[in-house]
Amino acid sequence: MSGSADRLPRLLALVPYLMSHPGAQLGEVAGVFGLSEKQLIDDLQLVWMCGLPGHTPGDLIDVSWDGGEILIDNADTIARPLRLGIDEASALLVALRMLAAMPELAEVPGDALPRVVAKLERAAGEGAAAVSSQVAVDVDATPDALLRVREGLTRRRRLSLRYYVPGRDEVTPREVDPMRLVVVDGRTYLECWCYRAEAMRLFRLDRMLGVEVLEVAADPPAEAEPIDVAQGVFRPSPTDELVELEVTAAGRWVAEYYPCEEVTELGEGRLRVALRARDEDWLLKLALRLGDTGRVLSPPAMAERVRQEAERALSRYAHRT
Amino acid sequence: MSRRKTERLLNLVICLLATRRPLSAEQIRQAVPGYDRDGDEAFQRMFERDKNELREIGIPIDVVRDPWEDEPGYRIERQSYELPEITLEADEAAVLGLAAQVWQRASLAEAASGALLKLRAGGVATDETIGAGALELRLDTRDPAFPALWDAVRDRRLVRFDYRSAGSESVRSRTVEPWGVVSRRGRWYLAGFDRGRDAPRAFRLSRITGQVATVGRPGSVEVPPGVDLRAMVGFPEEPVEGRTAVIRVREGACEGLRQLSTAVRVGSDGWDEVELGFTDPERLAGWMASLGADVEVVEPPDAREAVIRRLKGALA
Repeated sequence: MSGSADRLPRLLALVPYLMSHPGAQLGEVAGVFGLSEKQLIDDLQLVWMCGLPGHTPGDLIDVSWDGGEILIDNADTIARPLRLGIDEASALLVALRMLAAMPELAEVPGDALPRVVAKLERAAGEGAAAVSSQVAVDVDATPDALLRVREGLTRRRRLSLRYYVPGRDEVTPREVDPMRLVVVDGRTYLECWCYRAEAMRLFRLDRMLGVEVLEVAADPPAEAEPIDVAQGVFRPSPTDELVELEVTAAGRWVAEYYPCEEVTELGEGRLRVALRARDEDWLLKLALRLGDTGRVLSPPAMAERVRQEAERALSRYAHRT
Repeated sequence: MSRRKTERLLNLVICLLATRRPLSAEQIRQAVPGYDRDGDEAFQRMFERDKNELREIGIPIDVVRDPWEDEPGYRIERQSYELPEITLEADEAAVLGLAAQVWQRASLAEAASGALLKLRAGGVATDETIGAGALELRLDTRDPAFPALWDAVRDRRLVRFDYRSAGSESVRSRTVEPWGVVSRRGRWYLAGFDRGRDAPRAFRLSRITGQVATVGRPGSVEVPPGVDLRAMVGFPEEPVEGRTAVIRVREGACEGLRQLSTAVRVGSDGWDEVELGFTDPERLAGWMASLGADVEVVEPPDAREAVIRRLKGALA
């Protein structure tokens, strides 16, 4: 919020903030508003030049920041922040409704949720309430696994999982120390320290075939840092090989399902996509699944491997059909 | 925005909030520094732009037309400008903190953080320790069509866009009354009334190509009362796995498939036989083809044929 176009809305929030937090420190206020101290002082100097018509010293807003402690006076006209805009209120209301839709996930105390929704709706006016009811977020239900994962989290116990990885068609046993639940785009993940990978991992709850709470205290190592999910959960490693496929209209789901680095329209619904492949086996499986709705362009050697594997598979069918 | 302009606008807001009776444009010109030096026409243009900019950031400017005066008067009514008094209990603040982080990095991130800032400026204590908590929630809105559709839903405006149905080779233009947007399994959908099909429809945002155009005036879309957006997007309860396939699996291979199957019969020729529930033979065939020479679908014939077709397709 440091762009100049946002400056007026920022000042109209800054003044009330300083009024309701008398004696606040420069560094603290700069942090709240996402500014450097230098930018904040520039804002304060601007505010200090403004005030009521007449603009005699008695009309102007009085600001001082001696010793880093900000005091403001004579700003009663804009002492309250501007009311919430429809977008602002609905962004919060949608998120609150999403929380309300997943009571078994969000352990929200008592009736706090409806109380906040009611207060916000009152503060925002009718428009925002109407808009937020036009947005719905579905969260996958995974009651069986969730119950035991939650137990592991609250009792701080190690969990034993049987976890299904569709890309490899593997089920692997894993012992993990649960750290928190992460809900991204409607899917629920357990963030944990995985002793098999010796690293932090996110495991989808709907792919846990079995969860057992062990009578062992969860004790993640010191290097177990939360994963930054802001960039999305499914992040291929940049060291994975960049491969290219061409798909027909019926194979376009590939571009929707996997994060692609490049997608080129080729007409008639066909696409060329470049994406990071975890390994060659994964790519082979994808190519076989696609059948005639897609083919691997690069690496070029892959096309031959796909052909050979398809031939081997078909030979099983030939002798019995 | 230049510093001088920000100053002028801030002074204008203070002036219009402070006045008890509406002020004419001329009175405002006298009262607010920054206007005085300009000619009449230049001032009028500047004042118009300023009013628009204030309205864009949500400041309500009243225009009062008094029959005894030639010129309209302007003022900002305190009650419609100010955030009403709002106090949150500790548990309410915790919930709000959790909600505010949902949109980080998504289209509405700025709106959510703007709201939070206003609430804090109003003296509301919001809980910021949430990130370290036991639950984190995120919604993403990567689809380029999201912001335009959000605006259209908010403003109740008809939209037109090019859309490619699943598996279709061509793109068709759709005109839709937007009723709402729904996030389901990581994908966003628009639910609304398709004018061309004359029926309610749901559209996946990732299949919209190009720009979303708004048609007609704001407020022209009527959302039917009680419409269930979720139901419009959701499949009518995932069908139970009605059919059973018999699959031969190479010894020691396809651990995942074995785990998900309903029965496993260990064979003596290096191949075991498993039974697996399924509904759609094409979906099953996609999965089985991906397992290559480690599996062979024995029954039913349609699923077996579908696998053979896929493998032949991969040969070409």
